[in-house]
This record gives sequence, C-alpha cells and structure tokens, in this order.
Amino acid sequence: MPVMFGYLPLGAAFGILAMDVGVPWWAAITMSLVIYAGAGQFLAVALLANQAGLMEVAVATLMLNSRHLFYGLSLLGAFSGAGWRKPYLIFALTDETYSLLTSHRGPVGQNHALAIKLSALNQLWWVLGTLAGVMIGSQLAFDTTGIEFVLTALFIVLTIEQARRLRQWMPFIVAMVTALAALALLPDRHMLLGAIATASMILLIQYRLDISKRQQAEAP
Amino acid sequence: MTEHPLLLLGFIAVCALATFATRVLPFIAFSRQAEHPLVLHLGRYLPPAVMLILVIYAMRDCSPLAQGAVNLDANGLPMLLAALIVAILQLWRHNALLSILAGTVSYMAMIQLF
Repeated sequence: MPVMFGYLPLGAAFGILAMDVGVPWWAAITMSLVIYAGAGQFLAVALLANQAGLMEVAVATLMLNSRHLFYGLSLLGAFSGAGWRKPYLIFALTDETYSLLTSHRGPVGQNHALAIKLSALNQLWWVLGTLAGVMIGSQLAFDTTGIEFVLTALFIVLTIEQARRLRQWMPFIVAMVTALAALALLPDRHMLLGAIATASMILLIQYRLDISKRQQAEAP
Repeated sequence: MTEHPLLLLGFIAVCALATFATRVLPFIAFSRQAEHPLVLHLGRYLPPAVMLILVIYAMRDCSPLAQGAVNLDANGLPMLLAALIVAILQLWRHNALLSILAGTVSYMAMIQLF
C-alpha cells in the first residue's frame, strides 16, 4: 500500500517545520493525534508562528478543511452501517485516507473492518512521522529549507491518482478554470475556498443540465 | 515562541474541533440522502477537482519567468522542475512515496545548493 507510506515523510516534514517555528515537541505530537489534518496542521503551525488569534485560527481551519464536507458527502453510503467504527472513520477522513478509501480497487467502501484498519494505519504513520520529524528538527545541523514542498508533491500525486481512476477530463477542466480565475480575482486568503465553492456550483449546474437533457431524450 | 502550554492546548483544541466539524457535518445533515444522484455526482467529480485546485493553490507563487529572464529563485525554475519530477515519476512508477521523496529532496537540493 504505497500511498500509506506517504504520511511518514509528510509527518516528518510537519514535525521539522513545527520545531523550526518553536512549537514544543509534545504539542506537535498532540496535534497529529487530535487534529490529524495534513494541510490543516501546516496552516496551524504557520498561524501559531504569526501569533494569530483563536477566532482567526478557527475560521482559517474551517475554510481550509471545508473540502472535507464533500469527502463526507461522497462517503455517506459507504460509511452507513459502520456502527461503532463510524466516529473514528469520520474523524480520520483526511485527504490521503479519502483518496485511499475511494481509489482502493476492492469493495473497501462496504468493508468497514478494512476501512478502519487503513485509517488507523494512516494515522499511525502520520504520528510516527511527526515523532521522527520532531527528533530531526531538534538537531540544528539539518538545513530544512524547502521541506514545505512535500505538501505540493502530495497534492500532485493525489491529483494524478484521481485522474488515473476517473479517466475523464471534465472535473480537471472545471478545477483549472475556477482555480486560475480565483487566483486572478480573489485576495490570497479567500482563493482556496472561492475556487472550491465555484467548482461545486459548476458541478451542480452541470448535474441539472444533465438531468434536463436526459428528460428531453426520454420524452416521446 | 513563548506560548503558555494551556494557551497552546486551547489553540490545538480549536483546530481539532474545527477540523472534526467539517468532517462530521455531512453525516449529520445528509444522513438520509446518501443515495441521491446529486450526492453521487458530487462524490464522483468534486474530489478530483478539489485535488487539482489544491495543486494550483500550493503552486500559486510559482513563476518560472521573471522580468523576461528565467527565474532561478525558489518559486521559479526549481519549483517547476520539482513538480515535473513528481508528476513524471508518479505517472511512470505509480509509487507515491518515491515521487514525493524524490520531488522534495530535489527541490531542497536545488534551492539550497544554487
């Protein structure tokens, strides 16, 4: 399961970055245990370094993680009937776990025992990675400039995996147009949510058009 | 950073709650509409779109050209090359760890050594 190991270096990168801005080691580990969000934790560390207020942190985290709303939406069916496992499955629904659960070839959607195993292993790698990163980060000899690229690399890999699974251009064209438009038109801190919200609207409209087309085709 | 431990824990709690809120909300709000075709449509097409948006977001500062010349700063050619290394390796070997590690290490090497 190669995707799973992605969390080890990413967790390490987070640990290194956290030590870099002066977050204590126990706080970095606690974050990986109770927040458990890749991009979210990188953002949290950046906000901590900038002495941001709690309100600001809450809003920024909600915005950045609002994409998780749609992950849950697409797993409503798969997670129904998961029983006692459901709360943890929902808690552990990160970008990578989502991509793993949805791109797995087997019937992982209905196999809740396997789903929870994958989710828990993912978090284990994430926490172990953080621990390793904290240890590396406390050795000042290591120059960590550029480590933040690990996040970009992760997103590129996830995009390619999504494309290989779906084999359609449509969502990527929608994403390209909305992201570039948001980049040009919106201030930096609203770009991400603006692009995701617009892409959702376009997919919604496209769904409506699809339906009316199908109804016309069925009419005598 | 000289943050008080209790303040730090409060900060972490806020992040944890905000993150969990975004994950649990659909299960509370839409638990009865799991099979609705619109939910299935969004579930199919939105995640790939969001991934590409995240890539563009992460690379928003990338500008390979600056003032008509090749930009050799961290956000210039190194970022573009490292991104290409990740993409090509992933398409070729399908090994996420390899792609991420090779891309990040080459990015760090390029901006630290040149």
